[in-house]
Amino acid sequence: MKKLLIPALLSALILGCSSTPIPDENGGAPVESRGASSGVAPVTAGGVDANGLPRELTDPKSKLSQRSIYFDLDKYEVKDEYKDLVASHAKYLVANRGFKMLIQGNTDERGSREYNLSLGQKRAEAVKRSLVLLGAKEEQLESVSLGEEKPKNAGHDESAWSENRRADMLYKAADGRGEF
Amino acid sequence: MQRITRRAFLAFALLTAGIAQAQLSIEITGAGANRIPVAIADLLGDATASRIITSTVRSDLERSGLFKLIDTTGAALDENAQVNHADWKSRGADALAAGSIGRSPDGRMEARFRLYDTQKAVSLGGAAYITSNEQLRAAGHRIADYIYEKLTGEKGIFSTRIAYVVKSRGQFLLQIADADGQGAATALTSTEPIISPAWSPDGSKLAYVSFEKKKPVIYVHSLASGQRSIVANFKGSNSAPAWSPDGRKLAIVLSKDGNSQLYVVNADGSGLQRLTQSGGIDTEPRYAADGGTIFFTSDRGGSPQIYQVGASGGEARRVTFEGSYNVSPRPSPDGKSLAFISRREGRFQLATMDLASRQVQVLTDSNKDESPSFAPNSRMILIATEVGGRGVLSAVSSDGRIKQRLSVAAGDVREPAWGPFYK
Repeated sequence: MKKLLIPALLSALILGCSSTPIPDENGGAPVESRGASSGVAPVTAGGVDANGLPRELTDPKSKLSQRSIYFDLDKYEVKDEYKDLVASHAKYLVANRGFKMLIQGNTDERGSREYNLSLGQKRAEAVKRSLVLLGAKEEQLESVSLGEEKPKNAGHDESAWSENRRADMLYKAADGRGEF
Repeated sequence: MQRITRRAFLAFALLTAGIAQAQLSIEITGAGANRIPVAIADLLGDATASRIITSTVRSDLERSGLFKLIDTTGAALDENAQVNHADWKSRGADALAAGSIGRSPDGRMEARFRLYDTQKAVSLGGAAYITSNEQLRAAGHRIADYIYEKLTGEKGIFSTRIAYVVKSRGQFLLQIADADGQGAATALTSTEPIISPAWSPDGSKLAYVSFEKKKPVIYVHSLASGQRSIVANFKGSNSAPAWSPDGRKLAIVLSKDGNSQLYVVNADGSGLQRLTQSGGIDTEPRYAADGGTIFFTSDRGGSPQIYQVGASGGEARRVTFEGSYNVSPRPSPDGKSLAFISRREGRFQLATMDLASRQVQVLTDSNKDESPSFAPNSRMILIATEVGGRGVLSAVSSDGRIKQRLSVAAGDVREPAWGPFYK
């Protein structure tokens, strides 16, 4: 495990420095090594992003890069339009039991901060339950709330508020690296 | 005097803990109907010290909205002077305070004064406080508390402190200031949000929720030493700490078993017990003054409303019925009323309920009131509100008549908590 980490880290650094995203449709196929005349086959552990996560989780072309679920005012039901997205993440968690997910619930700025913290929690919990129903394990998941404290949009109108009524899904790989 | 010395030490400890001064300024709107006319003569002795103490006493009394200050120009009398009661009566004063600033036998600074009832032409008593150049305002607050109590029959709150959070340039500062907004000191600076500060009943500690671990975690923070300890960091969110009146326990909110539910824990984090079992949200617990019950917010009935439950659990009773959003219950220290935030036509306003008659009164006309906090004498309620898109604090008298606004020039102020009486 330790040995694997170093090349992964190096590639993360290299990829992290490149300003244009490297296309990687399959998310994780190792790069082919050519010209091994030196007797040393250079291998780049592909498909890992700057946080040490497989690129299929972060590549904008991958559905799994979509991590936000939006909610209606005072509501915490996961709307039908997000069922597919939740299913995709559940499938990933089932296939990758070593991976963990932190679900952060958020609310708009109106009303009590503490009540909003609980409302955000309920949103995060709703997403967690959906994932568990689809096969993800409790131990892989933690739902927490940021309430109204970390707005994505700092505005004070409905368009800002609707952006802030949200649950975000963050990943952590088996080696402990990731987004939280 | 013991108190002033201790206070000096505390202020020093806070200062050395690293300060970002952000002075609160106060604006008063409205006053009580029947204000007591009182004359506060300049203390005789050192002119600078006298000016600081006397002006502190005067502004404290005036800010309370319960007193009208009578002009004392030309008066030169100390605590031992012969008072011409008829003269002060004719100036319109029902009461007169006179005193001096001098040296105590051991060489320390001493503020002495006497209070008179000019109507009855009698002394109401007097006191002497040991002080220092740095603690002149504290001595003024003590004198104002004495006068307030003698003339109204209620304990004064001028020597109390308030805690609040300032958001400024991406930083969150947990600050402590005197009740008049002066002498602000920063107890904690963080790049992540800090919410829900709650004073321990002895005034030595604050419990609060900090997001520094990327999720809400409950801390208890000793103000004098700066020492912090985690009270609750369970899976999920940890929030809304409320001290029991004896200071031994905290009611808290945890989501470790799913949604937000009430728990009780010892102040050191041990002995966790679940208090409520509902399918929905239970949050914002606050102990009633007698410690026997806990008020809280719950959406178990379909909308957020205030409920009351026994301090060791049992069946909860609904308390609010008007409207679809009543949150942030704060029982008054005298046990008579409950302050809370009520949403009316999309506006969030401070309301109180008389717990005997269940009568509800809306006290403000604002849009975004939050986080009410009673003064320890139950007379005033401190809230966070918004003026011109900026967070400010406002102190409103329990009858809604007197309003004071406290704001910080360079940032948003929120999450106020009024500290206990100085013991």
